[in-house]
Amino acid sequence: MSDTILSIGDLRVKFGDRTEAVRGLSLSVARGETHCIVGESGCGKSVTSLAVMGLLARGAIRSADHIRFRDQDLLGLPERAMARLRGDKIAMIFQEPMTSLNPAYTIGSQMAEVFERHRGAGRRAALDRAAELLERVGISGPGMRLGQYPHQLSGGLRQRVMIAMALMCDPELLIADEPTTALDVTVQAQILRLLQKLQRELGLAMLLITHDLGVVARMAQRVSVMYAGQVVESAPVSDLFAAPTHPYTRGLLACIPVPGTVRRGDPLGSIPGVVPRIPPGFVGCGFRDRCAWALPECARAVPLRQASAGHTYLCRLMPDEVRP
Amino acid sequence: MTPAIEVRNLYRSFQQRGQAVRAVDGVSLSLAAGEVLGVVGESGCGKSTLARLIMGLLPPGSGEVLVDGRRLAGMDRRERARLIQPVFQDPYSSLNPRQRIRDIVGLPLAAQGALPKRRQRDLVMEMLARVGLSSDMAERLPGQLSGGQRQRVAIARALVLHPRIVVCDEPTSALDVSVQAQILNLLADLRRELGLTYLFISHNLAVVEHIATEVAVMYLGRIVEQAPVEALFRAPAHPYTRALLASVLTPDPAQGIPDVGLGEDYPDPANIPAGCRFHPRCPQAFDRCATIMPDNIRRDGRLVECLLAVPPPGGGYG
Repeated sequence: MSDTILSIGDLRVKFGDRTEAVRGLSLSVARGETHCIVGESGCGKSVTSLAVMGLLARGAIRSADHIRFRDQDLLGLPERAMARLRGDKIAMIFQEPMTSLNPAYTIGSQMAEVFERHRGAGRRAALDRAAELLERVGISGPGMRLGQYPHQLSGGLRQRVMIAMALMCDPELLIADEPTTALDVTVQAQILRLLQKLQRELGLAMLLITHDLGVVARMAQRVSVMYAGQVVESAPVSDLFAAPTHPYTRGLLACIPVPGTVRRGDPLGSIPGVVPRIPPGFVGCGFRDRCAWALPECARAVPLRQASAGHTYLCRLMPDEVRP
Repeated sequence: MTPAIEVRNLYRSFQQRGQAVRAVDGVSLSLAAGEVLGVVGESGCGKSTLARLIMGLLPPGSGEVLVDGRRLAGMDRRERARLIQPVFQDPYSSLNPRQRIRDIVGLPLAAQGALPKRRQRDLVMEMLARVGLSSDMAERLPGQLSGGQRQRVAIARALVLHPRIVVCDEPTSALDVSVQAQILNLLADLRRELGLTYLFISHNLAVVEHIATEVAVMYLGRIVEQAPVEALFRAPAHPYTRALLASVLTPDPAQGIPDVGLGEDYPDPANIPAGCRFHPRCPQAFDRCATIMPDNIRRDGRLVECLLAVPPPGGGYG
């Protein structure tokens, strides 16, 4: 498909002999599409985004069938070429804007630097571009903000600055790793609204990484649920919430308290146990120790099944065996 | 009946970069025994300072706190510890990494003194079992436990003296949702079994709705709305409460991202606006909101600090 901006095939990331953080992940993101990776801490979702960007920590071993950005395979790309892409055609936003911004430089000089480096623009043109984007992300008085330092801004404003900075070079792919997790709920809603609006206007492909199924439901067109380094279920967003099929997805949805549906005294659903550490060479379902349906055969290779068109999941069970 | 917690006109400010930050700015509340008061609000609203004042970990600037009908000021530390205990947010930093679990949970008992070692050990083991930890956990160090297990340890430590009141400050915010659900269920069970009263601080409205019987919404140091949980969630009266509720993203793909209509202004406790402290962000603000502070307005059995909630002269509202 010519509209595919990012395509990942069979990605694996190992940290020495102890842990395999990502175990054969495949997904793709099209122009104008938001693809959410959702999972709990340690499931491998952030490692996946770092693997795509070529930003894994030293000692991590990345392998894949392909990681393709448009027609370019990023796997064999030298670091210098990768560095030219980062912040240019592939942009990132991270969770904590305070640690991603340099406290010693003004907002203006940090934003301008991106444009100068990638576009060879002069300082004046770069600052004009920065002011234009600050306005675009809903910051009033952009001229004044350019001269300020990160600590002079609230958390919500800092995240708006990060978004503006990510858009400096008209990226085609935006990778956002928990972009609103550190923010208050009212600010989260404002930032997500902004991201959605910009994404639509600019036709961005967005890979949005989050632990929050509420964010997924409201932002995604397509969802990949990760557990123990694998995508255990992948579906269009409406299918995932209407017909969750993998036992982990179902368990996760039952854990969320939803306002307006509380019945006093009812316990929440919960998943017993903790996320396991998966060593390289691990075979079988990573969820089997916590799964109510687990059988001895779950320790063998697990089939990828189809629940409906475009809706797949990794489990020995048939769809009607899981759903009540 | 004597309220479990009573707070009268509580004020507390801090000096920060030469400015006075009014963290708690005139809070009064009363919590009956056996209830769960959920205190919600965004960062900087003063909810954690309020919790620390109520636990006596911080002296108030003015006003007073009564726990079980007795003034907290001047109460003996050991006596206070038998009455009210905390559970904090971060089970990573609130447990001493060099102490074994049995010593962490036993510390409040040891601090009370005059208890035979054997008896202390039994009480610790009993409490570990109660919070769902197996007995072999007693010999471990916090670093060998998961986040959820550590929070169970923190709960066991809080309950080992059988206090009447537990102050939970964001007890599940550092946890994954599947683990959060385990801890919320545990807290609900323990409250039923032990007849506990909770003050439950959280930024997460859905969590508060699940566990609380009464909810107080804080904004810039004041409770701007307080009501029984069903009433508050069914019909939020303060514009800020409504914005908070609208911001909760339920897992419903048919809904978009809500427009909360709050503008880009951000609350700053070092610079509290005159009049209604919410008026610069309020989508319903009108001229008088900038000058008149809505103080202690009660309507339909709830506290709503909003001029829009003032009954018209001559009554007409019940």
